[in-house]
Amino acid sequence: MRITQGTFSYLPDLTDDEIAAQIQYAVDQGWSIAVEFTDDPHPRNFLWEMWGLPMFDIADAAAGLHEVRACRDVYPDHYIRVNAYDASLGRQTTALSFIVNRPGQEPGFRLDRQEGSDRQIRYSLQPYATQRPAGERYGRNEHRGGAGHSGPASG
Amino acid sequence: MSATAGPAGSGFAMPRPGPGGGGANGAPGPGDPEGTGTATAEPLAPDTPLSHEDVVELGEEQQAQRLSAMLDDFDREFVGLAPVKARVREIAALLLIDRLRQRYGLTSSRPSLHMCFTGSPGTGKTTVAMHMGEMLRELGYLRKGQLVSVTRDDLVGQYVGHTAPKTKEVLKRAMGGVLLIDEAYYLYRPENERDYGQEAIEILLQFMEAHREDLVVILAGYADRMDVFFRSNPGMASRVAHHIDFPDFSLDELMQIAGLMLDREQYQLSGPAQAAFTEYVGLRMTQPRFANARSIRNAIDRMRLRQARRLVAAGGTIGRGSLMEISESDVRASRVFGDQAANRADER
Repeated sequence: MRITQGTFSYLPDLTDDEIAAQIQYAVDQGWSIAVEFTDDPHPRNFLWEMWGLPMFDIADAAAGLHEVRACRDVYPDHYIRVNAYDASLGRQTTALSFIVNRPGQEPGFRLDRQEGSDRQIRYSLQPYATQRPAGERYGRNEHRGGAGHSGPASG
Repeated sequence: MSATAGPAGSGFAMPRPGPGGGGANGAPGPGDPEGTGTATAEPLAPDTPLSHEDVVELGEEQQAQRLSAMLDDFDREFVGLAPVKARVREIAALLLIDRLRQRYGLTSSRPSLHMCFTGSPGTGKTTVAMHMGEMLRELGYLRKGQLVSVTRDDLVGQYVGHTAPKTKEVLKRAMGGVLLIDEAYYLYRPENERDYGQEAIEILLQFMEAHREDLVVILAGYADRMDVFFRSNPGMASRVAHHIDFPDFSLDELMQIAGLMLDREQYQLSGPAQAAFTEYVGLRMTQPRFANARSIRNAIDRMRLRQARRLVAAGGTIGRGSLMEISESDVRASRVFGDQAANRADER
């Protein structure tokens, strides 16, 4: 099941050129660019792991794309998104957010029903992927273990 | 925050895409690689493909790309610096020919444009670097052309693990433009083998190679120490394709520069002041710590100070002419004319 979160998620996956064009647009608006990743696709999981610090003072999309690629190299089977934050007074919110990488296999969600008193029903979504421990959820990079969430390796 | 409620209130109104200007959702579509908000130069001449038989008028082509105008501007704005101008013209010609080759469907690899500027202080290395960025943008080589000027302490960290993120941060800031590393030889400190400078150099090299199309690195510094730097970092030497030496200015050139500076600041030298200033520059050139154009700029600043002091002391009425004119006494009051042994720090 294809996860549709953020902008453009109903479109085919963006190519790198298209990602660069979007980042360039955001940079030209004066928004800061952040790259984030996760392997928990639950729709309410909106605080993803940060890939390095947000980029506040870049002028060109190449820098943003560089970080996207670097993140992709380390986490090829994670969801990766680009956030553009508009810090201007009165807005101060994420202005643009779109997914730039997704796992090859997206198993989807299980819908749980919990019956309460008075025949009341509560629903909850359970991503099948999260049945496995973090870091081992999407196949290929199982060897990385669960603790590799510290962003880009600092040298 | 405005208290007015309603759709026109500026408070938390949702930005809507519309004719009035792009809002949050006005991001460019995937087919628009330029983006809508780019405030860069006007588009270059359309890159229509050419067939084998087509012939292009080179002069027109240069005109279309505003190349000749740009190079003429460059020549006019910079006095002297013949080797620099020659190299700039070569680079411009190469980029022009490359674009044409591309239109004919011939292979045209992007030339590596990392440069090394060597020369004495005040010979215009930074200024040329700044123009280089703009020019390469006009030529379509760089997308933005901004100049990020850094020195050792912007690249090298203070503790283990600090250098790499710091250097990468700077490199990302410079992408799409020019990274000028002033006094680049300080990056390499052979006397301290645990110095983090080496790490910064390694990351630089990696970026210079991998992101050749995204940024131009310009190393600047004195010629002799730069030689030592390149000798101990052969990887760096081979990645820097253009070595440009900035010659010292002659007396005539310095006077031309002074003329340009005075014009820009809307001052004039009176006849005798002109002669006195020529004499001043001649004397100053022979003194230690002479920094070419920078010394001239400082001399002009001090002459303005003395002129202001003279005018205020004189009192009375004052006109536009006297506000603009620097008299001989303003020039002659300089310490350079007096006791030559007593060069004070302010005559640097």
